[in-house]
Amino acid sequence: MTASLLGRSLNIRQSGIYIAFALIVVLFSILTDGALLQPQNISNIVVQNSYILILSIGMILIIIAGHIDLSVGSVVAVTGAIAAVLMVEYGLPWPLALVLTLIAGGVIGAWQGYWIAYYGIPAFIVTLAGMLLFRALTLTVLGNQGIGPFPDPVRTLSNGFTDGYLGNIGLGPLGGADLFSLIIGALVITGMVTTQWRARTARLGYHQSVEPFAVFLLKLLTAAAVVVVVVVQLARFKNLPWVLVLLALLVLAYSLLTTRAVFGRQIYAIGGNLQAAQLSGINVRQVVFWIFVNMGVLAALAGVIFAGRLNQAGPTAGNAFELDAIAAAFIGGAAVQGGVGKVVGAITGGLIMGVINNGMSLIGSPSERVMLVKGIVLLAAVAFDVWTKRRATR
Amino acid sequence: MSDDILRMRAITKTFPGVRALQDVNLSVRRGEIHAICGENGAGKSTLMKVLSGVYPHGSYEGEITFDGAPCRFSDIRDSERRGIVIIHQELALCPQLSIAENIFLGNERARRGLVDWNRTNHEAARLLDRVGLRENPVTTVADIGVGKQQLVEIAKALAKEVRLLILDEPTAALNDEDSAHLLDLLRGLRAEGVTCVIISHKLNEVASIADSITILRDGRLIETLSLATDEVTEDRIIAGMVGRDLEHRFPARVPDIGPEALRIEDWTVHSPVQLGRAVVAGATLSIRRGEIVGLAGLMGAGRTELAMSVFGRAYGTNISGRIYRDGREVDIRTVRDAIRHGIAYATEDRKRYGLNLIEDIKRNVSAADLGKLARRGWVDDNEEYRIAEQYRRDLNIKAPSVLSVTGKLSGGNQQKVVLSKWIFTDADVLILDEPTRGIDVGAKYEIYSIINRLADAGKALLVISSELPELLGLCDRVYALSAGRITGELSRADATQERLMQLMTKEQSR
Repeated sequence: MTASLLGRSLNIRQSGIYIAFALIVVLFSILTDGALLQPQNISNIVVQNSYILILSIGMILIIIAGHIDLSVGSVVAVTGAIAAVLMVEYGLPWPLALVLTLIAGGVIGAWQGYWIAYYGIPAFIVTLAGMLLFRALTLTVLGNQGIGPFPDPVRTLSNGFTDGYLGNIGLGPLGGADLFSLIIGALVITGMVTTQWRARTARLGYHQSVEPFAVFLLKLLTAAAVVVVVVVQLARFKNLPWVLVLLALLVLAYSLLTTRAVFGRQIYAIGGNLQAAQLSGINVRQVVFWIFVNMGVLAALAGVIFAGRLNQAGPTAGNAFELDAIAAAFIGGAAVQGGVGKVVGAITGGLIMGVINNGMSLIGSPSERVMLVKGIVLLAAVAFDVWTKRRATR
Repeated sequence: MSDDILRMRAITKTFPGVRALQDVNLSVRRGEIHAICGENGAGKSTLMKVLSGVYPHGSYEGEITFDGAPCRFSDIRDSERRGIVIIHQELALCPQLSIAENIFLGNERARRGLVDWNRTNHEAARLLDRVGLRENPVTTVADIGVGKQQLVEIAKALAKEVRLLILDEPTAALNDEDSAHLLDLLRGLRAEGVTCVIISHKLNEVASIADSITILRDGRLIETLSLATDEVTEDRIIAGMVGRDLEHRFPARVPDIGPEALRIEDWTVHSPVQLGRAVVAGATLSIRRGEIVGLAGLMGAGRTELAMSVFGRAYGTNISGRIYRDGREVDIRTVRDAIRHGIAYATEDRKRYGLNLIEDIKRNVSAADLGKLARRGWVDDNEEYRIAEQYRRDLNIKAPSVLSVTGKLSGGNQQKVVLSKWIFTDADVLILDEPTRGIDVGAKYEIYSIINRLADAGKALLVISSELPELLGLCDRVYALSAGRITGELSRADATQERLMQLMTKEQSR
């Protein structure tokens, strides 16, 4: 009885990805004798994958709308180069240079969005062309060498950590930990609990059915536990990576955008049934145009962070990033036909690949084996999605 | 034994929520031209799809015997192997390939896996000669007209050594000359011993070419007439097609008609694919508040094109004419304009154009006017739930909750979701295109009740339907459309199915 109740509330198709993620983390924790969850390693996973995760947020919107973007890797490279030229060669103040780079990313997105939305060329073709165009542009700007080093604040954003503003606090056997990070963690948990609780009571107020209280509590506790583990471990290491803070804000903003905003809902409507969306008065072209602009801006952000992390903008930056971002979106439950997908899902998909990468390198697997496993995971994730869908229609 | 080449016994075919065919018994004699008549939705195409294996054995009940042997086709290739070839209404040619390639598509003249082009083109030329089409076999299909394409389809069937040729509305898209040629060709094939089953709306054609006529209505076989023994007139066919049981199928309503809500003047729409062809020509019509107006027309008359072009130019190019809302001329260029001016259009094809089938009821209901639920761009999803729930109860949408995915609902309930969506936009003018297509009888009654309630609430309704009884039972006034022109307007008191059918089949008067 309890099992069937749980089964109904925990929709296997939606929650399968989180369960898979948990299993993969457990698996690699065992294989690496716990090295995976060591403070420094958690920090590494976040920092090393931050740009892919940022790209996957933009990519999931595009995939929900039924399109694709193959150019993001090249856009990462060209925007990194633009940022380097502005900051290093022209010596512009870094905030101004950052804003200009993001605008450049937006312009690139607008260029592609125009051909896709208003001219009607399939996104696959436009962004394939973009992949070549922007790589060519990168090479033109940089020649065959990198430009660096970047100003300190940019490197801090990519690689650095929040300061120990409030000093350390003893955590018994775990040793000292940064108080500020812990407080942020506590605030995140409080915020999560209150918004979930409010949403639940509001639904009850509208006489909507909600999941059983036990399931609600279980989900909330699991999420809180994950936050606690991550934050405590990070606080024990070097405090919170700035990119984690940035990512958390982006995930929050884009989750809200996709679930609550009119604009976000129109993306789902377009991906679900393009003609029906058109006949419902949705300005399809405009929506598609803006999701590509958005992708350009996010790619520029990823470009700056990636360049800052390496401390130079290089001609090969961002190679094959588009494939990781697309894989993250599909592993995270996006549907190939469009209309389905979640920001949190794409992030989880990206993290699954990140953990596989990291875990396998910790146990010393050669890179070809990592690639093999990632390929299998991608195929398996989509096969699972197709299988559950087919079962549901029977 | 008898000389029946085909016997279909007790065929019953059901779709989720709809019984498309019920206990149909059809016999076709060897070497005859057998016409099948019926309104749209009577089950003609379904019956032919059962016969040709589009619906495989096991998905229907009943038995089929062809040439004395039972048939259990699992797909079209099976039936084609036995010499049963169907030519669909929408031609299934690849426009970028040559005539010869199309003729032997899937049936290539090849030797050891390589196409023998000499043989292909040579045999194609012979087949073209047989169907009387003087074209080079290497000509691309896109470069020849619709009438000639129809002949290519027949040549393609002949290439498969056809014994029973099924044609679904073969002349619907053809002009008179091409139609006459096609009918001559069919007579020629009959002389060669090919049996033909032809589905047609053009009753004069049917009466002139057929040896037998079978009439279907509401998924049942009404009668089979033989032109040799029975006296067959168009009136007799119409009477069989439309039936006589109008009573009790429509909820009662006392119309309370107000001022004019929508007026379209001199509305002309051109086809976006066939340059220069006017799909709607100089149409003028008006709808008043509280009034239910019907729009009757045969397949291809331009009903949907008229409606969609008015709805924010969602169809057509080179559109001219004027639209008045509540007496004032308005400029409507996009679907959003149309919605803003209180016009709604519920499509004839719910699944393709009406619903996001992978989303739930709630999100479909709000889709056309989501802004109303939003404050500064953010949707209040609790309010959305409440409103969807309200429509679910008001319109009696049978689903466990508004979180149910619309793709899993029955046709009738999907249609109620579509109606909810448009009622939610607060439209004053609702254009309902085939609102009861693919819906079973019980749910139809509910849809009619909803339409009546909307009229009583002062909305102006334009109902497009292929079912004449529906228009007569529901509407206060009916316009008839034929070949893009409004050929007449009948009030409820004057309208009969026979008069409407005459207007709908009226040739263009110039």
